[in-house]
Amino acid sequence: MKISKSPWLLHYDGSSCNGCDIEVLAATTPRFDVERFGIINTGNPRHADIFLCTGGVNSQNQDVVRQIYDQMPDPKVVLACGICACDGGIFKDCYNILGGTDTVIPVDVYVPGCAVRPEALIDGVVKALKILDEKAEKMKKGEYRSLTSDEYAEKLYGDPQEAVPEASASGDKEEKNAG
Amino acid sequence: MTVYGTVAVIIYLLCSPFIACFMSGVDRVVTARMQGRRGPSVLQPWYDLAKLFAKESTSVNNIQKILVMAHCFFAIFSGAVFFAGGDILLVFFSLTMAEVFLILAAYSVNAAYSGMGAQRELLQMMAYEPMILLTAVGFYLSVGSFRVEDIMSASLPAVVKMPGFFIGFCFMLVIKLRKSPFDLSTSHHAHQEVIKGLTGDLSGPAYGFSELAELYEEVLMLGIVGLFFITSDPRSFLAAAVAIVIVMFCMSLIDNIFPRVKWETLLKAAWVVTFFAGGANLVILSFIS
Amino acid sequence: MPVLAFLILFPFAVAFILFFMKKDSKGRSVIATGGALAELVAAVCFAADNFLHHDLTMGTYYLSETHTADMVIAAGELCLMLLVFSQAIKHHKYYILFLSALGTIPALYLDLTGISETSSAHLKVDHLTVIMVLIVGIVGSLICIYAVGYIRDYHHHHTEYQDRSGYFLSMLFVFLGAMMGLISSDNLSWMYFFWEITSVCSFLLIGYSKTPEAVTNSFRALWMNLLGGCGFMAAIVFCVCVMEITNISQLLLFATIPAMAVFPVAMLSFAALTKSAQMPFCRWLLGAMVAPTPTSALLHSATMVKAGVYLLLRLSPMMYGTYTGIMVTVIGGFTFFAASLLAITVSDGKKILAYSTISNLGLITAAAGCGISEAVWAGIMLLIFHAVTKSMMFMSVGAYENSTGSRDVEDMHGMIVRYPKLAFVMTIGIFGMSVVPMGMCVAKWAALKAFIDSGYVYLTLFLCFGSASTMFYWIKWLGKIFSVSRESRKHEDTVHRSEWAAIYPLTFTAMLLCLVYPIISAFVVNPYVQTAFNGSLNRLTAPGPADDLAGSGPELIAAISTEDFVIMGVMLICMCILPLGMKYVNTVQERRVLSYMSGFNTGNDRSFYDSQGEEKEQFLSNWYMNEVFGEKKLLRPCLMLTSAFLIVIMTACTIGGLFI
Repeated sequence: MKISKSPWLLHYDGSSCNGCDIEVLAATTPRFDVERFGIINTGNPRHADIFLCTGGVNSQNQDVVRQIYDQMPDPKVVLACGICACDGGIFKDCYNILGGTDTVIPVDVYVPGCAVRPEALIDGVVKALKILDEKAEKMKKGEYRSLTSDEYAEKLYGDPQEAVPEASASGDKEEKNAG
Repeated sequence: MTVYGTVAVIIYLLCSPFIACFMSGVDRVVTARMQGRRGPSVLQPWYDLAKLFAKESTSVNNIQKILVMAHCFFAIFSGAVFFAGGDILLVFFSLTMAEVFLILAAYSVNAAYSGMGAQRELLQMMAYEPMILLTAVGFYLSVGSFRVEDIMSASLPAVVKMPGFFIGFCFMLVIKLRKSPFDLSTSHHAHQEVIKGLTGDLSGPAYGFSELAELYEEVLMLGIVGLFFITSDPRSFLAAAVAIVIVMFCMSLIDNIFPRVKWETLLKAAWVVTFFAGGANLVILSFIS
Repeated sequence: MPVLAFLILFPFAVAFILFFMKKDSKGRSVIATGGALAELVAAVCFAADNFLHHDLTMGTYYLSETHTADMVIAAGELCLMLLVFSQAIKHHKYYILFLSALGTIPALYLDLTGISETSSAHLKVDHLTVIMVLIVGIVGSLICIYAVGYIRDYHHHHTEYQDRSGYFLSMLFVFLGAMMGLISSDNLSWMYFFWEITSVCSFLLIGYSKTPEAVTNSFRALWMNLLGGCGFMAAIVFCVCVMEITNISQLLLFATIPAMAVFPVAMLSFAALTKSAQMPFCRWLLGAMVAPTPTSALLHSATMVKAGVYLLLRLSPMMYGTYTGIMVTVIGGFTFFAASLLAITVSDGKKILAYSTISNLGLITAAAGCGISEAVWAGIMLLIFHAVTKSMMFMSVGAYENSTGSRDVEDMHGMIVRYPKLAFVMTIGIFGMSVVPMGMCVAKWAALKAFIDSGYVYLTLFLCFGSASTMFYWIKWLGKIFSVSRESRKHEDTVHRSEWAAIYPLTFTAMLLCLVYPIISAFVVNPYVQTAFNGSLNRLTAPGPADDLAGSGPELIAAISTEDFVIMGVMLICMCILPLGMKYVNTVQERRVLSYMSGFNTGNDRSFYDSQGEEKEQFLSNWYMNEVFGEKKLLRPCLMLTSAFLIVIMTACTIGGLFI
């Protein structure tokens, strides 16, 4: 039996305008009814299979995102929903924004949109389910284990000590220093 | 143990997860329809359970998992005693014991939400325990025995003599099956204010064990509901089945129309119901018997 | 007879020696430990001898001619009175003078004028006596052994108090002797004498540290117990002058015509209620805990309070359907319920134990008040299990306090890792007090059935509500022990060797009892209950239990059938497998994750980042629900309610018993 028959989802709202979050909730309403796919919006990383991130990652919530991700049991997939979660979006140049979700944890599916439409969101989840099944299959054979956030940081940035990327290196900061 | 008892226990051990999964699947569909949604497949709870056991096993400490397994074992055990026709008090005591292990598992992780869930679960136990014990007392007074076997072979359905106990027991069932106004410690609904409290720090197979225990417990509880109607007449089983269906429907309905209450309200409501529904019936029964 | 005399007199002798050994020395430890051991061995021998060589069903009677002994006792009573007088005057508690005189002067009068002189036996040994001798002998002696190490640690930690440990130990032994005397006396006057010794002893022990709090609490204990003593004396005077009997076994002959003996039974029950700290007299036992009296607290809970319920269980056949019976059952049942609610609201380990003691004694009291055989069976079983389990709990809490400086349950966090041995003992104790395959719950189960059969409906309600709240406070305590913090490691416990020497045997006994109680039931409790409720006194109407009663085989009386016993045996074995299973499960490699703190866990499960990004320690407290069941809110109304009830029924019984 496929693990994708019962995808439980954890929704984390990063640095967003809340537009995407409203749409995520909209997906659970009778009109869209994600529960017909067995999708449940759990509030708890330990029970979740899909990590659905909306909004960008900032210097304050990056540890939270990493910790929640690490607490999820394998197999798991990460969904970046909305343009901010994909690459920082409109907030990209803010002094506190690091970028999209993939600056701290590995992302499997990117769902663009500002705000993301429920249809696109459901489509993204369905895509993520395929990946989830593949991962489960590999995991059963013992070939796969998802990266921990530390390992991911090491892969991205090299030295784990410098795992924490500096908040946007561009103009703002220098101006601030000058001021 | 009689042949009948042995067969019943084997059926219970093998079929309970399927029966309970099916019932909670129906419950989910009914709930969805009440909310004007299509809802998941009836087999959804079964998919969920199977998935949990396929997931990676992670834990916070090294005693958490064994405590959950003990919980599961004793929950199944108490059901087995019930369906074997054993002493109904012993069934309740061993169920309590099962509950204790789950609470200890939640305590052991030493985290805020689990801890809160454990406290609330203790409170829930304190709320429903008197009525549960009184139900056993009621069976004893009306039938003259604590043994399920003897209660089942009565000539008159127990509910005739103990309507108060039946109402009280159904009230406690709302707490026990974690239905909405009283699902304080943990809930079947996705979003709960204590992040699934009691089971919040269980994941993968460990969570699976706690879910499995709950399925067995549900079958046991509905068995007790049925016990109120069963007599030596085989046709009474049908009546029991109908009663179970009605009770389950009421549970879904209650689950949908009531918001979650505070723990003070829970305790007060449960004890008041116990005292008036259970207590009054007890007094009347002790006079007529 | 010589063994019995040894049991009673030997502790007094040891006490006398210890009294003069003021300095802590190896010799003193040896004498105290050896004395306690000798007492223990004697108690066991005594029990074995009686089983093998005497017909306990009829009871063995000793000492018919006791003129000299009577005089000694009269002198002893006078001494006790003078001792109480001197203390009362010293602390300006003049009402004590009145209470003490009211109890003692009639006793002296009866003794000296020879009115109460009798040719019937003064001591009697039957099954119940043997059970009590075993409880007091084993538990009491182990407590004395434990005290040797404990009191040394105590003074090590509390240098502000004067070290009078010799006096302390000698008081414990006096206590032991008095308890032995009390339970083997058949003569009411003798019983009264030992009764008073225990009262005075507890007074002296509670006031040991001489702090104002201790003194207040000790006088509270004294006046309550003396008041009970006055009730006892009133019963004796009535028995001697009106009914012309002197012994409790003679009083029990009136069981078929209880109307004749309303007054003495009511008065003796009243005395027993005070002694076993039932509401409204529960405050003396609470005081005994709060006051810095270490082991004595334990001695009270494990043994002294048992004197009260012992007397009630003896009188039980006379209580069926009487007003006294109603009084005792209502007070007992209510105390069981109210005290267990109160226990939820406190976090001091010893105070929880005190409330739990009061609560459980309430249950025994209620069982005794029912006056039917299976209730008494349940009562005796409760008594046995409670004595062993509770003293074990007290000792481990005491040992924990000496190791860490705190006895608060909140500080027992993660004990299973930090102090695994103590945690193990406590876990057994808590399981023993609360969940089913273990002893207490089995007896409670039998009590439930007895209450239904006896027709006391309100008792069933009290029991159901009470046991639900009992679960709450025990399991939340257990939860604290099981809360494992990451990276916590084992601490070295400084528990004294003599303390372990007492804790381990008790733990072992507690576990053993869960398996062998059917044997105890078949050979000791059942025969006693059968004798006490023979013939017309067997009031059971329900067919099941009476059949069980008739069988003298291993079949259990009352609620627990052999089948249930087997099922519980299976449960017990499963529980024992648990620690082993833990080893196996842990061999499977799994990923360790942090506990869930909304993603703000700092990485050690103990603290989190607050809104300012700073580390903040996490502290998880249990629920005490003070605003719902708080001591301040609940205790006073409960005391007033029970006092009013007690006064009404006692007045009714007095008027009815004396004038009609």
